[in-house]
Amino acid sequence: MYELAEAVPWLGSRNPRAARGVVLALMLIAPMIALSAGNTWVRILDFALLYVMLALGLNLVVGFAGLLDLGYIAFYAVGAYTWAFLASPHFGLHLPFWIVLPAGAGFAALAGLILGAPVLRLRGDYLAIVTLGFGEIVRIFMNNLNHPINITNGPQGVNMLDSLSLFGWDISRHIQITDDFKINSLVLFYYVFLLCVVGSVIVIRRLQLSRVGRAWAAIRDDELAAKAIGINVRNMKLLAFSMGATFGGVAGGLFGSFQGFVSPESFSLMESIAILTMVVFGGMGNLGGVILGAIALSLLPELLRSVALPVQQALFGHVILDPEVLRMLLLSLAMIFMMLLRPAGLLPAHARYSRPELAGAGRITE
Amino acid sequence: MKKTLIALAVLGTTSGLAQAQEVVVKIGHVGPLTGNIAHLGKDNENGARLAVEEYNTKGITIGGKKVKFELVGEDDAADPKTGNIVAQRLVDAGVKGVVGHLNSGTTIPASRIYNQSGIPMISPSATNVTLTQQGFANIFRTMANDAQQGSVIGKYAASKLGKTVAIIDDRTAYGQGLADEVEKGVKAAGGKVTSREFTNNQATDFMAILTKIKAQKPDVIVYTGMDAQGGPMLKQVKALGIPAKFVTGDGGCTPEFIKLAGDAMSEAAFCTQAGLPLDQIADKTFKDRFKKRFGADVQIYAPYSYDAAAALIEGMKAANSAEPSKYLAALKKVQFKGVTGEVAFDEKGDTKFGAITMYQYKAGNWVALK
Amino acid sequence: METLLQQIVNGLVVGSVYALVALGYTMVYGILGLINFAHGDVLMVGALVALQVVLFLQKAFPLLGAVPTLLIALTVAMAVCMALGYIIERTAYRRLRNAPRLAPLITAIGVSFLLQTLAMIIWGRNYHSFPQLITTTPLQPVEGVFITPVQIIILVSSALLMTGLILLVNKTRLGRAMRATAENHRVASLMGVDTNKIIATTFIIGSALAAVAGVMFSSNYGVAHYAMGFTPGLKAFTAAVLGGIGNLGGAMVGGVVLGLVESIGAGYLGSATDLCHLPSWAQSASLIETCANGGSFELLSSNYQDIFAFVILGIVLIFRPTGLLGERVSDRA
Repeated sequence: MYELAEAVPWLGSRNPRAARGVVLALMLIAPMIALSAGNTWVRILDFALLYVMLALGLNLVVGFAGLLDLGYIAFYAVGAYTWAFLASPHFGLHLPFWIVLPAGAGFAALAGLILGAPVLRLRGDYLAIVTLGFGEIVRIFMNNLNHPINITNGPQGVNMLDSLSLFGWDISRHIQITDDFKINSLVLFYYVFLLCVVGSVIVIRRLQLSRVGRAWAAIRDDELAAKAIGINVRNMKLLAFSMGATFGGVAGGLFGSFQGFVSPESFSLMESIAILTMVVFGGMGNLGGVILGAIALSLLPELLRSVALPVQQALFGHVILDPEVLRMLLLSLAMIFMMLLRPAGLLPAHARYSRPELAGAGRITE
Repeated sequence: MKKTLIALAVLGTTSGLAQAQEVVVKIGHVGPLTGNIAHLGKDNENGARLAVEEYNTKGITIGGKKVKFELVGEDDAADPKTGNIVAQRLVDAGVKGVVGHLNSGTTIPASRIYNQSGIPMISPSATNVTLTQQGFANIFRTMANDAQQGSVIGKYAASKLGKTVAIIDDRTAYGQGLADEVEKGVKAAGGKVTSREFTNNQATDFMAILTKIKAQKPDVIVYTGMDAQGGPMLKQVKALGIPAKFVTGDGGCTPEFIKLAGDAMSEAAFCTQAGLPLDQIADKTFKDRFKKRFGADVQIYAPYSYDAAAALIEGMKAANSAEPSKYLAALKKVQFKGVTGEVAFDEKGDTKFGAITMYQYKAGNWVALK
Repeated sequence: METLLQQIVNGLVVGSVYALVALGYTMVYGILGLINFAHGDVLMVGALVALQVVLFLQKAFPLLGAVPTLLIALTVAMAVCMALGYIIERTAYRRLRNAPRLAPLITAIGVSFLLQTLAMIIWGRNYHSFPQLITTTPLQPVEGVFITPVQIIILVSSALLMTGLILLVNKTRLGRAMRATAENHRVASLMGVDTNKIIATTFIIGSALAAVAGVMFSSNYGVAHYAMGFTPGLKAFTAAVLGGIGNLGGAMVGGVVLGLVESIGAGYLGSATDLCHLPSWAQSASLIETCANGGSFELLSSNYQDIFAFVILGIVLIFRPTGLLGERVSDRA
């Protein structure tokens, strides 16, 4: 939150308190602004918040503890499928969210431990490829566990998932307050997701400044030295994996309830890469940066989608490049040039305990 | 610079004038325009576009006003999440009906959004059985579903082509669903499934599973998946010297398949397609009109996409309204001669005339069998 | 027996393509410590350029034989990819040599997307069929085991290329400079090695190998497509890590092992996990019913083909954290 406030141009450095107010206000009224451009944008904002949660969780593993994880989407999948199994007609279970969501988080944490335990000894890029493999293994199992015994319903996915109902309100329906005033369900989802994001930020912030956070920073910066000063490296790494996974699991559950349908296609390797890109693009190790990165990269493609066509028509009178092609083109160029110009991300980490760039500055400088 | 500005201004006013005289009705189309099967997505979009353009030249009046239809094309990248976002975009854009999506995997979740907003959706190619069994009143398709097609393939393979059948699917919602139905069909016809093998929709190497199949000596190999894998697979069947017949579903029933399989094509290759064959469809000139307009051959589903768009427009004509709430009832009862033949829907929204045609490869083309 | 032999042949063919691609990953990693995610897409560019040249030659010089056509196409593809490799290194990676470790990874992903998008603009979204210049009629060296001439060419030429590369790295001046740069970039430059040039050369060689692999891939399977680089790229990267990334021999061993594991795994996992093979006292009533008349109840089957690579990788790395042939590095590496 503080980092985000500081990033507000001009105001951030002069009056941090006012800047914080601006950020808060923006978050609260964002869906109203989006609503004026149509429901699509509220839906996109909802997804952006899910990505913020995922990016925050991944940042815990990659940014804080320095463990490169290319299979993070697996935990998202575990959370989503937990929701699908416990709250849908698939097994005929319809448990309430306060059981399902913690269960999803718990299973994801367990999956984090299962991944973490065997790969403790691996470093850097070896770790990256094994975690990548883990993500693919989870997806392939989800895709194939319909035969010989049907567990996940295979590539067909699970449909008609229960929506989130809070205190008897099903928030996937519009809430009619008076005859002509109703609250849009997408907006309701926005605030629920926002609440989860704020909660995550508070937890992660506390964690970062705690003993645990400092231990992670120490391991990231120098594992041998960390071991020498008595940090239990093994437990700390396992904790990082499972804590990071927990956030993924919660986000997955929310995704399931929001989408109403889960299938293995949503948990491909490209999604893992997309989340990692958000973390690095925004500024690894910096909470504000990570949030900004996730929002920027989930909004950018959609902005391009709606801007590309009219702009080309106005400039050239006809469409030269399909908007989808242009979207991909600009996104890839943005990724390249952003990294060339600001290799530490949009908002680089600068606090004492959050400088991953010190740790990993390539083998060449060593 | 100034000149272009003036030109733009003039353009703006003329289109403004045109709008004053006629009502614009937007029809949405969704398919994957990026990714592995982008060529099929574009094919669908072109089919719907041709329908819209041809109806526009005919000049349609609805509710006493001249109507100009406009196709709003969106890309779902064959991804369910993107599919939902673009579905919402179309709803926001005020489309009165939607043609799409292409894959069952994106169509099923997106159908929820169209259902919530009451907009009719007709998929030209999502054949998964569950799509129309969700109890949504506004969901239709112009193509026979997997159950119909699978049982035809299974029965044909096990009764006409041999006794033993090996089935390979590509682990997509489409491939797996169809393969299950083929297996039922084979068993119903008294045949035997020697094995079920699996690949994925990005694979190019099938030697390992084909070698395994070869050892079991099946009479027929059925592949349920798309042409991009099916063509190379048939090539590898030949490279391993497997004497079995090769059958694919509608995903492989394309000119693309013939190109990709190259000299491995022989009269031992078969495919099925829902609906009538392209050169037997009611409208013989469709193929040429399509080629003339887009400079590309019809891949697979374009005629069904054309008919889906046509069904929406016919529904509007019948109800004399373009409002979804008003013309939905008319759409359920619509019956007309489309490019693929008679078009009408049953109470679930499945096509009533779900003919399935079996094709065999002969002299460079898929030729329909009687 | 011939089924097993056939699976080994299949595995070797796939494996040698993986190995060629893996060499590109491993060379770049050895020198820069960078995962060049765009390497698979260089392979794609190689295949599509070769396709374009072949189509052009077939139209312009129809009398040119099949082999010269293919060779010219290969040369052009290699040249284009070498230039591409140089440009990628120069623009996307050189400035980031001292940046945080993940920054070049993100640019690499960006370059990969960019190449795919450009290829989509140039060659469209269709799958293209790659002309069959060499006969596809299979040979039978052993009764019942089939191999096509293209596959033989793949096996032979990848073996030659790999040997050549090892000789280059171990016996020549350039190779010594490459090894020195990999060992320590700064000290090497103090010793008078132009490290920038050496790094660029590494990219160029790796890209040329990717072009060859691309042409092999396309002529073997008869397809080319703008997204075709992803899967072989991922598998080859796995192979490189399996063998011990940064180690040339390791990349080859990794590639071949991976190819064999995949094909034998896909071929035999089904019957290995068939519960019908259990002794009858261990079978439930419903299972016995399923198994009657030669039925089967396979727990796992070829649908898990794509995870063998990762499972094997995981197991190997647990016991040998730096890969099969990787050097033991201290924690301080």
